[in-house]
Amino acid sequence: MSGVRVLVGTRKGAFLLTSDGTRRRWDVSGPLFAGWEVYHVKGSPADPNRLYASQTSGWFGQIIQRSDDGGRKWHQPGTPAGEPTTTPDGMPKGESNKFVYDTSSETGKALTTHQWYDGSQRPWEFKRVWHLEPSLTDPDTVYAGVEDAALFRSTDAGQTWRELAGLRGHGTGPRWQPGAGGMCLHTILLDPSDRARMYVAISAAGAFRSDDGGRAWKPINRGLRSQHIPEPTAEVGHCVHRIAMHRSRPNVLFMQKHWDVMRSDDAGESWREVSGNLPSDFGFVIDVHAHEPETIYVVPIKSDSEHFPPEGRLRVYRSRSGGSEWEPLTEGLPQSDCYVNVLRDAMAVDSLDPCGVYFGTTGGQVYATANAGQSWAPIVRDLPAVLSVEVQTLR
Amino acid sequence: MIRVVLPAHLRTLARVDREVSLEIEGEVTLRAVLDALEARHPALRGTIRQHVTLERRPFLRFFACEEDLSLQSPDAPLPQAVATGAEPLMIVGAIAGG
Repeated sequence: MSGVRVLVGTRKGAFLLTSDGTRRRWDVSGPLFAGWEVYHVKGSPADPNRLYASQTSGWFGQIIQRSDDGGRKWHQPGTPAGEPTTTPDGMPKGESNKFVYDTSSETGKALTTHQWYDGSQRPWEFKRVWHLEPSLTDPDTVYAGVEDAALFRSTDAGQTWRELAGLRGHGTGPRWQPGAGGMCLHTILLDPSDRARMYVAISAAGAFRSDDGGRAWKPINRGLRSQHIPEPTAEVGHCVHRIAMHRSRPNVLFMQKHWDVMRSDDAGESWREVSGNLPSDFGFVIDVHAHEPETIYVVPIKSDSEHFPPEGRLRVYRSRSGGSEWEPLTEGLPQSDCYVNVLRDAMAVDSLDPCGVYFGTTGGQVYATANAGQSWAPIVRDLPAVLSVEVQTLR
Repeated sequence: MIRVVLPAHLRTLARVDREVSLEIEGEVTLRAVLDALEARHPALRGTIRQHVTLERRPFLRFFACEEDLSLQSPDAPLPQAVATGAEPLMIVGAIAGG
């Protein structure tokens, strides 16, 4: 019997929503880490019982949590509950919340400053983990995208973290700048056909690709056009909100940029706009149908200054042609007086047939469809503002 | 025995009750107390002081004996009443956010 587990991060804790394969009835558990912002929770594709969570606070900083039993019990990886806190030789165990930028002469180079809002240069300063991306094959390997933008990797199940400094060090770092939400690395895509290839996206710098496992990086922003920056077609500086791929075609990428929905058919070497007939091409989320690589979903938001759906009508838009031609999906979604937002990490799909699509709102609703978008219903309505939604299909 | 009062979220993280009791050898300073606290409860590393720099996190303050000790040197002796355990060292989260 198959099942689905939806992992929800919110402003005040995490929630786990579970159902069987029919996706009709849902159990809601939580809050986990109550009172803390949980930016992201994600399960390992290689071991669905292995979950990682980013728990963060303006007061107390960053915490990484891990579960090895599908979310029933959690602990900070360096200090498992009930175990000795030091190794037999007296050394403290791993410090799972320690994210220190690499400043070594071999790899760190002079990774000292990025651009601030006023154009001045400012040192990198770690603030939080936005996104956790477990390896496709190894449950103990997990990547973390952080603010100020950088990429870290743990190969010991979250106990210790090391920066992949080639991303900040490839040369464009001093031209990166924060967007309204901070300078964050929020998207990490691992190529299922090529272990050495990965993509990241940063607000506001753009998209980047590595072909050697994260050591060397290059910007992949040709074709992006951002009117709000001094040089609209610059190599970096674009506020990319989200990138998605279908695992069967990892060279095809879909992007929701600050404004514009974009598509690349050559692993990010070039992009073309596919906003088509969307009522607004501003938005945050984008995702791909689990079984139809040309079917994609976005949630249009009115503008960068009005973060709610156009006309107060919450609509998911679906394209079955890889963009340009879009249809509104409205059944079960509020079509009047709706002024929520859907943040960049708050949409996901399951791999059942028909495909399920899930998204969370800043109003605390998590909506789901079990028929690829034809009709929607809320799983829960009154959570804290939703920051992230991930889905595990359990078989 | 030194008594330390933690804010609610840190008590949850460390899985302790309201007060933590610590044995300190030598002079009782803020640094010595925080070192001992983090050694006992590694889950608290990085949550009170920044990693590497060991600077106090900006939204936390230290109080004891009705005094704000946040800006004093971490190597200055804490009040005698804290050193004897008569009064606790309180780690307080700023009330902010509306």
